[in-house]
Formats: sequence, structure tokens, C-alpha cells
Amino acid sequence: MKPPTDRGSLALAAYVYAVLAFIIVPLVIVIPMSFSQNDYLTFPPSGFTLKWYSEYFDSRQWRAATWLSVQVALLTALFASVIGTAATYAMIRGRSRLVTAFQILLIGPIIVPHIALAVGLYLFFQTIGLSGTIPGFVLAHTVLTLPFVVFTMAAALGKVDANLEAAAMSCGATRFQAFRLVTLPLVLPNLVSSALFAFIISFDEPVVSFFLSGVRQKTLPRRMFEDIEQNLTPVIPAIATLLIVLSILILLGAQVLRSRSVTRIASQ
Amino acid sequence: MMEARRSHFWRSDGRRLSGLSTLLLLLPFFALVAFVFVYPILQLLVISILEPHPTSENYARVVENPVHMRVLLRTLWTATLVTALSVVLGFPVAYYMSRAKGTVAALVAVCVILPLWSSVLVRTAAWSFLFQRNGLINSALMSLGLTSQPFKLLYTQSAVVIAMTHVLLPFMILPIYGALRSIPSDYARAAAVLGATRLRTFLEVILPLSLPGVVSGSLLVFLTAIGFFITPALLGSPQEMMISTLVSKQIREVLDWPFAAALVGVLTVFVTLLAVIFSKTLRFDRLMGNAS
Repeated sequence: MKPPTDRGSLALAAYVYAVLAFIIVPLVIVIPMSFSQNDYLTFPPSGFTLKWYSEYFDSRQWRAATWLSVQVALLTALFASVIGTAATYAMIRGRSRLVTAFQILLIGPIIVPHIALAVGLYLFFQTIGLSGTIPGFVLAHTVLTLPFVVFTMAAALGKVDANLEAAAMSCGATRFQAFRLVTLPLVLPNLVSSALFAFIISFDEPVVSFFLSGVRQKTLPRRMFEDIEQNLTPVIPAIATLLIVLSILILLGAQVLRSRSVTRIASQ
Repeated sequence: MMEARRSHFWRSDGRRLSGLSTLLLLLPFFALVAFVFVYPILQLLVISILEPHPTSENYARVVENPVHMRVLLRTLWTATLVTALSVVLGFPVAYYMSRAKGTVAALVAVCVILPLWSSVLVRTAAWSFLFQRNGLINSALMSLGLTSQPFKLLYTQSAVVIAMTHVLLPFMILPIYGALRSIPSDYARAAAVLGATRLRTFLEVILPLSLPGVVSGSLLVFLTAIGFFITPALLGSPQEMMISTLVSKQIREVLDWPFAAALVGVLTVFVTLLAVIFSKTLRFDRLMGNAS
């Protein structure tokens, strides 16, 4: 295309940057607010203080909620990446009679509104005593994150030449050895990045957590929801800033991993 | 077409796994989804038609009560508005992104992808700061002399529409971007060689070929918007509920399970039907950056 010199292209660029500002400004606006000395969330922020950060780190309730979310997200990342990779591997290397059932059940949890699943799980988990427990949160979040693991791993495993495994097996390796020694190292960056994505989805997941949280066992998103709903304290911008930093770190990590992945190697 | 694409996605050449190993590897997946997804949803559907006794009463209450009907219509209207706004705002960004190179391309991509992976609560909280009586928007309007009184922005349906559009916009941009990227660049050049202006090339070549992306993005946004909970719950007015906030109210305050189950049933069946009808256009894998 021609360089953007004419009016049409300039108008397009102006429009696009206005939309990008609409996308990004509300996200970054919380950062200056988190350092503001005002006790009320007024604009513009004034002064500089870290008191809202120390209020967050000193509060037992916020710490408990964060720690619960960290545990749930770590376990979800572990389970989702293992179960998702096993299933994807079976779909790619196995007999594909179950493809349709697999795809429907994979997409289902993304299609069906989270509120529906949250209400269903709330009822079900209360009757079997899983409501407000770490296993309950982990089970629910694993189902929600599995599709993202499978999409990532299907793209990666699909690019690993099946003959590599066949060669290893003809040299005497078992199927499992061939997977562990040949295929797994090739897709490891993708596996780690899918675990990172599962972690952040679980850590930030608000709807199912909202309904599954008990009076004492509250995830960080549930605590944030209550704070925003009831009094909107200036601790929220501080937490929001920390969460944005976490998202940036996860995305950077995924980007580094992607540059090392089999996807990139295969296209070179 | 779909078959070819599907078999490419699950490409399986070389030595096959035995049936037993395949089954064992798939077992944890199917067990988990059956236990944590299929069963709880089915249980709700059963409750909605069997409790307090086998009845269609719960569903009748959804459609016969004008208050509930208005909630349904408001939900549909809000989702439609959010989808339309997302197309209008998102298409040019996707187009620009598909043409951009180097630093500009990276910058645009960061602006689109970072919000996608940041907490919905963070984005909703940010809007609730912006919409406050003494928030940034009212301060700006007043210092510009456009108004002497602060507007009531928070807890309105407009706040919900704006914030939901903000949250869901990446779901629109990425599928359109994927569709635009898959158009061979020769097409535009061929049209130019044949004498088409850039506008005509866009209208007659690029736009029609990008439509699958627009449909896919619109469905993603619409389906998500219909059941959206966090943003309406925090920014919306209690007098103007959406279906998700009504469900939450039935469960947390009224404790009317059969009716809540019927509402969830309406929502789930509607969304599933749409997804089935358009199953060929929905490409969720694009959200993970697979542009192919």
C-alpha cells in the first residue's frame, strides 16, 4: 500500500488512534490514581504516596484473598496444562472418532455464559461440599481454561513431525519415551505459555469465583467486586496496578516462549 | 471445507496411538467436563422444568411477566448495541493493524492484546472511577464549561454499554484482523492494476473477504455480551437489570431457584442455538493469536 500521505489515510490513522486511546486510557488511568494522596477517588490525583499499596499488603483480608487466588491459579495451571495436553495429543495422534464430541465439549464452557455455569456449579458444589473450597475453585477454573490450553497445544503439536516419534520408536523407544524425549522438549515453550495463560485466566476469573466464594473463602476478584460494589476505596487502583503489571509480565513471558517455540523453528 | 479445515487442525499423520491409549489420554478431559460442566448445566435445566412439580410455569413467568420480558429485551438490545459499536470501532483498528509494520504494528497489537489479558474487574473499576460524580469525565466536562452540573453517569445503561464495548472490543478486532491477514496481498494489487481506486478495491475486494471475520467477531461479542455479569452488576442501575443480574438477584436475595434455573435455561438455550447455527464461522482459536 502507499504510504499514508493522503487525507483518507490520515483520517483512518486519527480514528484508529482515538479508538486505541479509548481502549488503553481507562486501563492506565488507575496507575497515577494508585499513588494519589487523596482519600477520595478524585481527579486529578495529587501528591505521591505508597500508602494504598501498604494498606493492601498490610490487610489480612486482602492477603488471604490473594493467597487463595494464587493457590487456585497455580493448581489450575498445572491441571489444565496436563489434562489439556494429554487430550490434544490424543486427538492429534489417535483415532479421531471422538473429534466432534471433543470439540463440542471443548467449546461449550466458552459458549455457555459464565453466569449459567456459575449458578449450576454453585448449586452442585453446595450439595457435595465443594463450594468455597480450593478443589472446587480449581475444578471450575480448569474447565474454563482448558480450551485455551488445547488451542495453544493443538497449534504446537500439529507442527511436530509425527515421523520424529516414529523414528524414536523404531529405535526401541516406547510411545511414552518418544513423547517425553522427542516431542515434549519441542513443545515445552508452548506448554509453559499455555500454563501461564491458564494461571492468569484463573487468577482474574470473577464470575464463577463470585458464586463459589464462601463467607470466609473469598478469591481476590470476589473481594475486589465487594469493594467496588460497596465503597470503592483507593486500595482498588493499587491492586489494579499490580494486576496490570502481572498481565504484562505474563504476556512478556509468553512472547519470549513463543520466540523459542517449535512454531517459530518450523517456519525458519 | 469445514472437514478439510478440521482435519488440518487436528493433523494426524504418522503412527497412530492405539484405541486404548487414546481413550486413557482423553479420559481426564471428558470426566472433568462431564462432572464440572455438563452435569451442573443439565441439573439446572431439569430443575427449571420439574420444580416444584413438572411444569412449564417457570418459563411462563419469564415471558408473561412484563418486568421480566423487559429485562430480556434490554439484554438483547444492549448486546446488539455493544456489538454494533464494536464493529464500528473495531473494524478500522483491525484494518490498520493488518497494514501496519514494525513498531507501529507492535504498538497497536499491545493496545489490543494487553486489555484482553487483564482483569475484567480492573477494567470495570476503571470505568467506575471515570463515571463518578467527581470523576475524570465530569471534571473534564465542567472545566471545559460544557456543563455546570455533573452528569449522572454511573449506574446508567449508557455506562454499561460503554464499559462493555471497552471490555469486548478485542474479541471483535482479533477475528477481523485474522480474516484481513488471510487475504493475499496480490488481490489488492491486482485490483489496482486493473484500474480500481483504493476505495473501490476496499469496497469490492477487501470488505467482502473480511466479512467472515466480522461475523465471527460479532458473534463472539454478542454471545459474551448476552450473559455478561460483572459490568452490569457494578455499573448498571438496579432498575435496569440485565438477565445475568436478574439471575444473581433471584439466587442471592429471592432464593427462587426454579425461576433462576428457567432464566439460565432461556439464556443457555438461546446462546447454544446461535452458536450451533453459526458454528462454521466461530473461530475461537484466533483469540490465541493463530492468524491462519
